Amino acid sequence: MSVNVRIPTVLRPRFAGKAVVEAEGTTLSEVMDGLEHNYPGSRAELVDENGEIKRFVNVFVGDEDVRYLDGLDTPVPADGEVVILPAVAGGSV
Amino acid sequence: MPRLSPKPGVRLLGKLEWYNPTGSVKDRPARWMLDAAERDGLLEPGARILEPSSGNTGIALARLSRLRGYDFTVVIPDNVSDERKALLRAYGATIVESPGELGSNGAIEVAREKAEREGHVLLFQYANPANPISHYETTGPEILSGAGSVDVFVAGLGTGGTLMGVGRYLKERLPDVKIVAAEPPSGESVMGLRSLEDGYHPPIFDPDAIDGKVLVGTEASVRGTRRLMDEEGLFAGLSSGAILHAGLRWAERMDEGTVVLLLCDGGWKYLSTGAWEGTVDEAVARLSGTSFW
Repeated sequence: MSVNVRIPTVLRPRFAGKAVVEAEGTTLSEVMDGLEHNYPGSRAELVDENGEIKRFVNVFVGDEDVRYLDGLDTPVPADGEVVILPAVAGGSV
Repeated sequence: MPRLSPKPGVRLLGKLEWYNPTGSVKDRPARWMLDAAERDGLLEPGARILEPSSGNTGIALARLSRLRGYDFTVVIPDNVSDERKALLRAYGATIVESPGELGSNGAIEVAREKAEREGHVLLFQYANPANPISHYETTGPEILSGAGSVDVFVAGLGTGGTLMGVGRYLKERLPDVKIVAAEPPSGESVMGLRSLEDGYHPPIFDPDAIDGKVLVGTEASVRGTRRLMDEEGLFAGLSSGAILHAGLRWAERMDEGTVVLLLCDGGWKYLSTGAWEGTVDEAVARLSGTSFW
């Protein structure tokens, strides 16, 4: 099962310059593995040595930050989308 | 906001922050930060204050600086709405523009360099504890007093000041309350980041102190803002539309309870963006490349 993963500008060099890539998986961890298979080295950009999503990376499934769901175990529905964003200063300030 | 509530058992309440003196929630942290700086002896009469802001904090600080005799300079991304720049000038602020494509990160960088080089006092809302304290001492008590009970509180994520201050106040009294952030997708295309390690976390924001974060894009923000106008007659700013979107996401999962949305400013400062004119797609296209949070 393939899901779309949106890649932010800063990470596109790691993903052949693409803004959206496809990956297989029913959980976020499986999707990350799928990304690693197609774009070697990409998982290390997103996940630290302890298997946690890196501090300056925000990952959203169904528009919700997975830190508040089940982290890498968060299910990714068949029609779902994974959005990866760098942490930056917000607006409204 | 009963017309917007998805279920009869869910009370959806809006805290309308445009009744503050300069029309936004930022009058609160602006006053608290200035008071703290004065108490700490950081501000001599005629002191020069500098602050990075995408608008509302700058406008609030400009007003108070004029009243208290300080010289105020704001660093804003050059793609904010014309009304914000006009208001800043009306209150007597000096405007320094930072590259819009760098977002708030760019404004912070320019402000830090300029403050260090020229000796301005940088109140720096992203790291100033008086910012969340203002919400702990005012916004939080007002919400609990007005609502009576709160199950979910939703606010936008900028500095994190509102979420941290209101969140702490409510959690101390209502341990089961959920604090939810609505976040703009500003990191998607922000230029100038060389790697993820160039990212930024506002020092006052503790991600572990909230319970959920919903990503809200421009289209959902516009739709939410129009629903506030069409269904409740509320003329709110664009981030309020995003907060409605995030709040409804949580409200739809509840059978009963109270959801409080912090609507941080009114729509006046966004009229020139055309957010209320034509189709949603047309409005989204007009807003592309602008900073409206």
